[in-house]
Amino acid sequence: MGLNRRDFLKAAAGGGLALASNLSPAPVLARATVTRLPDALGILYDATLCIGCKACMAACKKFNNLPPDLCTPNSLWDDPVDLSAKTVNIVKLYKNGTGLAKDQEINGYSFVRRFCMHCVDPSCVSACPVSALTKDPKTGVVHYNKDNCIGCRYCQVACPYLIPKFQWDQAFPQIVKCQLCDHRIAQGSYSACCEFCPTGASIFGNVQDLRKEARRRLSLKPGTFAEYPLQRVDSHHKVSRQVTPYLNHVYGETEGGGAQVLMLANVPFNKLGLPQLPPTSQASHAETLYHTLYKGMIVPYVVLGGLFYIIYKNTTGHELP
Amino acid sequence: MKEKKHRHLPDHFGMVSRRDFLKFCAVAAAGMGLPLGSGLKIAEAVANLKKPPVIWLSGQECTGCSETLLRSTHPTVEKLILDLISLDYHETLSTPSGELAEAARKKSIAENKGKFILVVDGSIPTKDGGIYCQVGGKPVLQILRETAPKAMAVISIGSCASWGGIPSASPNPTGAVSTQEALGDKFKVINIPGCPPNPYNFLSTVLYVLTFKKLPDLDDKARPKFAYRRLIHEGCERRAHFDAGRFVLEFGDEGHRRGWCLFKMGCKGPETFNNCPEQLFGDVGPRSWPVGTGCPCFGCSEKGVGFTKAIPEQANLKYFTPAGVPFQGTEGVKPGGGALCLTPSTAYPPISVPEGHGATTAAVAVAAGLAGAAAGAGAVAAMKIGKKESPEGAETKKE
Repeated sequence: MGLNRRDFLKAAAGGGLALASNLSPAPVLARATVTRLPDALGILYDATLCIGCKACMAACKKFNNLPPDLCTPNSLWDDPVDLSAKTVNIVKLYKNGTGLAKDQEINGYSFVRRFCMHCVDPSCVSACPVSALTKDPKTGVVHYNKDNCIGCRYCQVACPYLIPKFQWDQAFPQIVKCQLCDHRIAQGSYSACCEFCPTGASIFGNVQDLRKEARRRLSLKPGTFAEYPLQRVDSHHKVSRQVTPYLNHVYGETEGGGAQVLMLANVPFNKLGLPQLPPTSQASHAETLYHTLYKGMIVPYVVLGGLFYIIYKNTTGHELP
Repeated sequence: MKEKKHRHLPDHFGMVSRRDFLKFCAVAAAGMGLPLGSGLKIAEAVANLKKPPVIWLSGQECTGCSETLLRSTHPTVEKLILDLISLDYHETLSTPSGELAEAARKKSIAENKGKFILVVDGSIPTKDGGIYCQVGGKPVLQILRETAPKAMAVISIGSCASWGGIPSASPNPTGAVSTQEALGDKFKVINIPGCPPNPYNFLSTVLYVLTFKKLPDLDDKARPKFAYRRLIHEGCERRAHFDAGRFVLEFGDEGHRRGWCLFKMGCKGPETFNNCPEQLFGDVGPRSWPVGTGCPCFGCSEKGVGFTKAIPEQANLKYFTPAGVPFQGTEGVKPGGGALCLTPSTAYPPISVPEGHGATTAAVAVAAGLAGAAAGAGAVAAMKIGKKESPEGAETKKE
């Protein structure tokens, strides 16, 4: 036997290191971050307009046939504490100190809606091994197909926003997440959360228009009066309102390669539970890594060939012919 | 211009002025959710009918239903009902009594066959041939069965006549049943449950039958939908406190004084269908209904709730279907449960929810140990493939 255990382990460790050192100094991206689709649909959520009425939560449950999430002791209300397989949209509260001033980081409070961001380059779609999660080529909505899903829950691990949820209490569980009311979009309607938002805090529309609208709001002078569209970004129904200060940042414009859901607030987004993400998508990094590993199937052939060689040598006592 | 339309109406209806009469008719139409013009239609129908006869039979009752009707003080309704509707027989209100009263009933029934409205209050005893309630030596059960076939419509007023009420409460010594049960399925009885019911629910039903010559829309329990379509909880003025989780925990406590929700005191509003919060009682203004005065609803109008459940018992939220689940309501299957679905409360979850601890050092150590053991076992197994084979190979060489 030409190879003892010690040598084998040494060689394996060495090979691993060599491979790692090859990849570690920021390799050229095999795949760049995906760019925005021209007709992508999305939602602009403006926390400074949100009054926390939860009409969006009630409408979401109603139009997506979701059961109540009973978290209070005597089950009087639909009271989810976080997103779950029964709740794909939730209004949360940030509170600091006295919690008196709206949209203030110190001694203030702010609402925040959490639901699927419909990333431009979604990690969940990239991680899904069976294409159960797909990104619509036109609208950019991240769809879930239960017939493809094998229940591996890679999407849950991959998502930086912790959006996909698993039905732990079901015999045949599925992944549950916001799909932007695609069944309503198919009927010519739009997301229920936006239709039922009374203040225009959530508006639906083409992402390009939503970005323009977000930029317009950031350019408004606090204290002046401005018009805010209701329900849809292209709506003729508008409300006039005194502008309150905004944090000069549109969350979702570049985060993680961008998202089709954009958010505005006056409290730092990391305080609202939204992660700080680099402008390149996680999916592009991950796909670069494993596309490199499997490129031309060279690495798999080398590793498997080596193993085959060792075993062949050990079992026959001969070198390869 | 409006005046012209009903110029043919007389100036006075008995002791009621035309103005008051029209007002009453408009209010009745509004109460039933009918369009604006219906008030006039009702007025014309009532004016032209010239005293439609009403026979009022009483079973096992407390006269509360008659009292509630007398307490209705919209433009002098008691005068209206006495002057416009010919109340030919009513045991409490009739001037004659005894044989004279019985004779009046028989005469009216014979004269107005198929034209009169039969109103029943009180439950009907059926045990031992119905001997526990008799009028003029005749069991009410028998009188009812004789009278009902000749009536234009049969209306049960009050919970006793609608579903049995107090007399039917366990152990039900008289075998009390509702009018519908006493008459059988041949008759369609309109039920106006309540203890007592709102007089306007009754008056509106009578006027509807007289005006449109048909029964109003009824739900599965034969109650007029215009009055019994919604749960008390749906229209309750304290609903906001329910949603916000502000409950009275003891009578006279801070919450009770501030008018908070009475659910935890046993209010049966979430399982009782009635229009008490909208219609109110006694015409004395806002809050003139039980919950408005700080008393939990005890579900008087709902079978299986009133006189059946203990007063402090908390209401069952069975009508609160999950959002999105089709709800079998009084108006057929509603998608999504409508107003009856469980809604979010006004409390908010925090940004990050505590989810227990992350992996402890010990757990990480154990997991790492297991992973190491697995890696070692794999390596050893790979080595063994060769080692196992080599002695055999040596043997073959020897041979």
